[in-house]
Amino acid sequence: MSHSTDNPFYDPSLTKRHFKAKLFKGFTITSIIFSISFLVFFLGDMVYKGLPAFQQSYIQIEVEYNDKTIKSTRKAIDRKYRKVVSRAWLRDIPKRVKAQHELMNTTQTTWVLLNHQVDQYLKGHYYKVKDKDLKLIKQMQAEGKVEQHFNKIFFTHGDSKIPENSGFKSAIVGSILTLMITMIVAFPLGVMTAIYLEEFTEDNRWAQFIEVNINNLAAIPSILFGLLGLAVFISLFGMPRSSPLVGGLTLALMTLPIIIVSSRAALRSVPDSIRQAGYGLGLTKVQVVQDHVLPLAFPGVMTGSIIGLSQAMGETAPLIIIGMIAFIPDTPDSFFEAATVMPAQLFTWAGMPERAYVERTAAGIMVLISILIGLNTLAIYLRKKFEVKW
Amino acid sequence: MNLTNNTKVAVQDLHLYYGDNHALHGINMDIYANQITALIGPSGCGKSTFLRCLNRMNDLIKSVRIEGQVIIDQKNIYDKDVDEVAVRKRIGMVFQQPNPFPKSIYDNVAYAPLKHGIVKKGASCDELVEKSLIQAGVWNEVKDKLSEPGTSLSGGQQQRLCIARTIAVEPDVILMDEPTSALDPISTEKIEALMLELKKEYTIIIVTHNMQQAGRVADMTAFFHLGDLIEYDKTETIFINPTKQKTEDYITGRYG
Repeated sequence: MSHSTDNPFYDPSLTKRHFKAKLFKGFTITSIIFSISFLVFFLGDMVYKGLPAFQQSYIQIEVEYNDKTIKSTRKAIDRKYRKVVSRAWLRDIPKRVKAQHELMNTTQTTWVLLNHQVDQYLKGHYYKVKDKDLKLIKQMQAEGKVEQHFNKIFFTHGDSKIPENSGFKSAIVGSILTLMITMIVAFPLGVMTAIYLEEFTEDNRWAQFIEVNINNLAAIPSILFGLLGLAVFISLFGMPRSSPLVGGLTLALMTLPIIIVSSRAALRSVPDSIRQAGYGLGLTKVQVVQDHVLPLAFPGVMTGSIIGLSQAMGETAPLIIIGMIAFIPDTPDSFFEAATVMPAQLFTWAGMPERAYVERTAAGIMVLISILIGLNTLAIYLRKKFEVKW
Repeated sequence: MNLTNNTKVAVQDLHLYYGDNHALHGINMDIYANQITALIGPSGCGKSTFLRCLNRMNDLIKSVRIEGQVIIDQKNIYDKDVDEVAVRKRIGMVFQQPNPFPKSIYDNVAYAPLKHGIVKKGASCDELVEKSLIQAGVWNEVKDKLSEPGTSLSGGQQQRLCIARTIAVEPDVILMDEPTSALDPISTEKIEALMLELKKEYTIIIVTHNMQQAGRVADMTAFFHLGDLIEYDKTETIFINPTKQKTEDYITGRYG
């Protein structure tokens, strides 16, 4: 039988061509599957490792509060518990009594924080606990006096050398302070630069020179910005080392090109007819730009700025150079105090040998990624909400 | 017909260069008050460029160089002591594509008068907005939705909104750059009727590709070709009895 005679549409080359098209589609799908599976694996691993950090083990025992135990806090609990209870919890006994005077000269049965080795044992991880203490824990567990509670410490404490007492709060606050500085500096500078380049300057050599430099700035390795910050802000201007002020300014330098480039793109996408309409009515340049062009470009400007912000939030290298990698147990409450930021804190924890820090690192990554996803969602929302339909 | 006393815009030996490209070759033309003057000619003949010389919109293009004079009300608008922003306030412009601001219908009309200080916010501004929209023949269609965005209107309504926006700043001359080429025939008819109404108060200069439109609305018609003003006369003369061969060829559709 011959197709060529009874089917006028018969084309012998088509089978091969269709096969090639299918093959190509297969390649594209494979690459998508690959990238998604990497992402799922990474996120899954983080969640698996990090989730236990949101729980912390406590033991219900008797605690004695009196003058003697306040001086020597080890004596507040029975000798046999000394090896399983957290040193940090005992250390805080005087503070607790100060806050609650009625505790004085009483004996309370309360939930006391266990140390990280016992905690790791209870979570089924690698542990180093003596057999005697292990027996005690097992016995208490059988009596229902060992429990896992929500790990408030993680959100209310700063870093600590005692793993069970360490938290992410000072890093979160440090990040917020640093990024406030970054935005206060980078947003107006970036948007104004973009407006100048897009609306006011002609396309001459000078403008091209600026443009090339901005693009170069965006491509500079971030660690060099750290060196620049160290040399200029700390050495030259004498600003406080490790402070959110210096960190914020350094990150602002990095974020500037992102904001400028995205704001320019947003301004360029505003149809020229709007400007023509404005000029045709005898409006000045400022009136046209400020009241007609900028509002239309604003969703794009916001999106670019938020993306720049989230990039700055994940930046570590330049902040290490200017000293924001320091051990910060106390939450900073001004722009001039030593502080650390979330990724720098993660960097510090990742280098710690104790297993408890591993899960804290993963938990910190979860917090950081949640904030980043939140910010990016906000960017998408803003763009959708303020986008002008034509 | 003696129109010389009525001259609103006198263009004298106007040359325009885009860089090295000589786009307008010494245009001389008197445009009369309270008339509609149509500029016709094939694409690229310089009619839109010429129109934009009349309110200094070409100043926005950096490569443009202009020689000659455009005298409006006895003053050359290219004199050093004339601010182009002030020129554009008195010489309004309507564009090919309706281009309302992405603001409410009310704000579209009110924005420029408020900025120029013609009115203050409040009753006088409301009054001006209403008057302008009535004059532009779009009031009945928009009076119940003044706070809706201007872009929500149909194309023809948007164009009339743009005309209302232009007359709200109380210009003397209105320039229209192919104002109906993006519109359907019914909207076009409305705009044409509006132009005939508006010429009682304003001097209108319109660029059009549509020769029937020039024939329907224009008192005077100018024919441009390759940067030269070939012929400029009363519309019926241009269409019925042109003196130049090129004009006749274009009018009869031999090219264009």
